[in-house]
Amino acid sequence: MTAVAPTALQLGLCSCEHCGLLSRAWPGHEEGRCPRCGAGVELRKRDSVQRTWAFLIAAAVCYVPANLLPVLTTKTAAGSDSDTILQGVVLLWSPTGWPLALIVLVASVMIPSAKILALAYLLLSVQHERVDHHDQHGRLYRIVEFVGRWSMVDVFVDAFTAALVQLQPLMSVSPAPGLFFFAAVVVLTMLAAESFDPRLIWDCDGAPEALHAGT
Amino acid sequence: MPEPETTPAPNVPQARVVRRGRLSRVWIVPVVAALAGAWIAVTKVMSEGPTVTIQFKTAEGIEAGKTKIKYNGVEIGTLQTVKLSDDHRSAVATARMEPDTEHFLVEDTRFWVVRPRISGASVSGLGTLISGAFVTLDIGDSKKSQREFLALELPPVVAREEPGREFVLKAPDLGSLDAGTPLFFRRIKVGEVTSYELAKDSKTLAVKVFVLSPYDELVTANTRFWNASGVDVSLTASGLNVQTESALSVLIGGIAFETPSTGVDLPESDVDSVFPLYENHEAAFRTPAHDPQTFVLVFHQSVRGLAPGAPVEFRGIPIGEVVSVDAELDAKSFDFRAPVTISLDAQRLGVHVISLEPGADPDAVRRNVIDSMVLHGVRAQLETGNLLTGALYVSFDTFPDAPPAMIDWSHKPPRMPTVSGQLETMEASVSSILNKVDKIPFETLGTDLQKSVADLDRTLATANAALVSAKGALDNTGRLVEPNSQLTTDLGNTLRSVDDAANSVRVLADYLERHPESLIRGKPQGTK
Repeated sequence: MTAVAPTALQLGLCSCEHCGLLSRAWPGHEEGRCPRCGAGVELRKRDSVQRTWAFLIAAAVCYVPANLLPVLTTKTAAGSDSDTILQGVVLLWSPTGWPLALIVLVASVMIPSAKILALAYLLLSVQHERVDHHDQHGRLYRIVEFVGRWSMVDVFVDAFTAALVQLQPLMSVSPAPGLFFFAAVVVLTMLAAESFDPRLIWDCDGAPEALHAGT
Repeated sequence: MPEPETTPAPNVPQARVVRRGRLSRVWIVPVVAALAGAWIAVTKVMSEGPTVTIQFKTAEGIEAGKTKIKYNGVEIGTLQTVKLSDDHRSAVATARMEPDTEHFLVEDTRFWVVRPRISGASVSGLGTLISGAFVTLDIGDSKKSQREFLALELPPVVAREEPGREFVLKAPDLGSLDAGTPLFFRRIKVGEVTSYELAKDSKTLAVKVFVLSPYDELVTANTRFWNASGVDVSLTASGLNVQTESALSVLIGGIAFETPSTGVDLPESDVDSVFPLYENHEAAFRTPAHDPQTFVLVFHQSVRGLAPGAPVEFRGIPIGEVVSVDAELDAKSFDFRAPVTISLDAQRLGVHVISLEPGADPDAVRRNVIDSMVLHGVRAQLETGNLLTGALYVSFDTFPDAPPAMIDWSHKPPRMPTVSGQLETMEASVSSILNKVDKIPFETLGTDLQKSVADLDRTLATANAALVSAKGALDNTGRLVEPNSQLTTDLGNTLRSVDDAANSVRVLADYLERHPESLIRGKPQGTK
């Protein structure tokens, strides 16, 4: 990169995320405490790559049961029925209901997996210093972070349904184990996105040594 | 960590130092997730039961992933896939069973689909209208494990584990019976028809019924089964007869049974005992012929109103029934006759074969007794049992005046002599009277009568004249006997003279009595 202003890292400065006080990093150390408010300050998120990997792996692990286990148990007079997310998609898929099925498919299956893959891609890129198009990587990260909060919609809707549809003994809906794993996937991917430090993307060209020190 | 190259703001404070380990504690999260996932996977694998393959005739109503396998209402499995068989003739379903169902899956376990079923006999599986069909099973007794099954077409009527016994009924026709037709005992449902098949001789049907325990103990050797289907209305010689069973059997038919009390406790009947299936309650409880004898009664009169089954009575006591009514023509005399075949309970006629001397031929004895009865004037006649319907019955009675007759033992069955029935006799007399009346020459009689009347007229006129003369004569007579008539006076005088004469005679007689000598001497002087 040319004609770029020095980064805070290069200047040895970091700002407090709570009170906004700019402070000098302690030499040889990645982080410290804000001298004004005492909150943690850091040049780069602590153990960002490691933590993101951890959350991502946990999310990936939970993704399997989330899709294999039923998320909702519907009890009607006709008997009880447990459906996984994909079964729900198949159930909804009809000439008139396909848009809904598509929404469920995108929101519940594709987005979580896309998030996991995108974060993994970002992490690998950062780790192997293969970041050529910083702006693209940055946009990818912002998308992941933005979408994250909406992934929760599924879990929210299911929990909401379970709470509302209690017309016992005619009909009742209760959450099934898959829902908890699904919620875990959503939360863990959000945490992963949160713990990923996008600044690492730009670190790749400016200060490779700093990156290594941060991992 | 590189040393900061520049110091843009000297008054920037120094952050305080925090020291941490190299490996983040956040790795606990994926470890926990992995453990949870592993635990779920393990329990899932552990909870997975055996897989079975069930071949269905049709996959109607069953759905992969949805259709459950239930036993006594408890879900014990789910159909995973439903495919056509290789020969496209049936549907093959694979089902995942719940764990611990291994012992269900033995050689003679029977699977079938429970669908809403409305057959002639029963309505079942209504719940499946809402919940959809499900597969259920009847657990076999075998010890041999099996994983491939051929589903039953129809649900077995009686599950294997239900206690009870099966009996076979012999029926002339199926009527409204069907597998599942209920079996009633005092209108309680105690069993069902399980199956039926044509007997080997193709003449009767073997209807298998299953009687649930403990009602199966009620079936003994003399239990009567009858078809209790619907309302049985019969108009017989004894009047209108309406028999109904429970409302259910009126709708869908049924079989009822009862054991007549004999005073003797008969042993319970064996499984697969064969019982006749009577057409109705009456037929079932018609006094059984202990010693049935078939006779033919030949009637030379109309047998209209005489139907098979009509009672044969001896002075009002039922002793048998009419078996058949036929017609025959005597070619020689061109005489139409109605041979009526009857079945007589000879024992009820007083022919107790039991009381025979040992060694005696019961047939010969029976023949002798009946012969002597006929000799003493016992005859059969047709009687009207019901004036409304004209139903006839056969009545035996003693007719001492009947022309002598004998049983014709040469015929098979033997022919018994008959006499005309009361109505018939009455008819005969009336007609003979009418015949006589018919013979009266009313026309001639009329003419004669007319003549006679004319004669009478003349006669009467003459008689009148005679009467007038007679009156005249009588008047004269009257005058003759009047008090002052000459005749009367003369008669009075004469009578007085006679009186005087009589007095004189009396005096003479008195005198003679006192003086008989005067007859000889004459009247003495001086005496009177």
